[in-house]
Amino acid sequence: MMDPIAVPWEPRPGVPAAITVSQLARLMRETVRSNPLLSRILVRGEVSNLQTAPAGHVFFTLKDATAQVSCTLFREDAELLGFDFEDGMDVVVSGDVDVFPRKGTVQLLVRAATPAGVGAFWAAYQRTRKKLAAEGLFDSARKRPLPSFPRRIGVVTSEIGAVVHDIVTILRRRYPIAHIVVAPALVQGPGAPASLRRALAVVADRVDVVILARGGGSLEDLWCFNDEGLARAVASCRVPVVSAIGHETDVTIVDFVADVRAATPSAAAELVSPNSVELVIQLNETGRLLAQSIREIVSDARERVKGLRERMSPRGLRRSVESNREQLERMHDALSALSSREIFRLRENLAAVGRRLDLLSPLATLQRGYAIAEREDGHIVARATEVEEGDALAVRFQDGRIHVHVKGGGQAV
Amino acid sequence: MTDDPTFEESLRALEERVEALSRGDLPLDQALAVFEEGLAFYRRCHAILADSEQRVTKLVAAAEGLAEEPFPVE
Repeated sequence: MMDPIAVPWEPRPGVPAAITVSQLARLMRETVRSNPLLSRILVRGEVSNLQTAPAGHVFFTLKDATAQVSCTLFREDAELLGFDFEDGMDVVVSGDVDVFPRKGTVQLLVRAATPAGVGAFWAAYQRTRKKLAAEGLFDSARKRPLPSFPRRIGVVTSEIGAVVHDIVTILRRRYPIAHIVVAPALVQGPGAPASLRRALAVVADRVDVVILARGGGSLEDLWCFNDEGLARAVASCRVPVVSAIGHETDVTIVDFVADVRAATPSAAAELVSPNSVELVIQLNETGRLLAQSIREIVSDARERVKGLRERMSPRGLRRSVESNREQLERMHDALSALSSREIFRLRENLAAVGRRLDLLSPLATLQRGYAIAEREDGHIVARATEVEEGDALAVRFQDGRIHVHVKGGGQAV
Repeated sequence: MTDDPTFEESLRALEERVEALSRGDLPLDQALAVFEEGLAFYRRCHAILADSEQRVTKLVAAAEGLAEEPFPVE
């Protein structure tokens, strides 16, 4: 039987057929997801109806005077927040709008959040500071010294703007030896802590020291440097970290944790780098000491040669003279290639030694009746103080040797 | 990267040679050898300081992990 008021419904061209609820929900979701205005958005509002599920996911409503939106914050993201949500808290959240077909709800999936308003900032800052201080993360005993000569210097900051430019300029002037590795990161906004942590983690494996820097900004701008997760990442960084965040009067949690806190990014660059000009001075001084040492050694050798002239056997003396002369000639050659005034004087000394050696006439000296005292192993006894009573020595003459025992000795005459 | 000693290594090696010489207990031939080594390290240090041109690179995501590309600074 047919309902009398029912009108047979015929699909007409151009008019769509009815769709199912599921199809509608899917269409809504696709519409929402494909709209770029609804993804990666920042929303400011007040937290209400806050609930934390046993699994750690956080559900709340974000509202203002005339509207409200359901929000979900998954556990992984909640753990990275660095502060705890509270009902009534004024926050800025970032995330994506999405549709949940099962309940037919539209929700904001929150990825990150920061407190808005000075009061909330201050409270969260104090909480984090107390917590990390209690764990000993600010202890001076934890601070590591900066490397004296870093080969590679990491810079974690925004890749645009004055900060990276200032740092590179100063390092170029002071210490061009080092290789600078810039690890770009977001330095403000809800995504900044995670971005900074990522940059820090990847650059730490490649450098000897890291500068974590940001230029001046408002309290909100600098907020990400009070992030607990970032502070922990700085504390556990493989290499020392120098922080330079905001102006000198801004002190963030990261500044407390860093191995060294610099007043400005430029100061940080100076702290991590030795000054090449000072290095040249130090190097020249060390070079001068090197030349001076060898000069003294040569001078001593000359004294010894002088002493030996009267005590050596002909053959031994000639051998010694030959070998000394060879050494002195090599030394002379090495020094000839130098050009400083110091070394020029040293060279003159060496030349004098060479002339003196040429003048020696060992055979004649020994033929005149001098003898030398040796130990059993052939070592020449040059000084009376080298021997003690009872020592066995040999005395060499031009025609042979005799063996003797020391009767008294150990004293200079 | 090469295995050439770095500035720090060269400077330390030079300072070690100076120390060894200033103790004054080396035989002449060894003293000469040490001096010549010190001289080589001294020259190496100067060469590093004179020749180095700063490299600045930027870490970027690459197909496999990370890569470094030149970071332009005027």
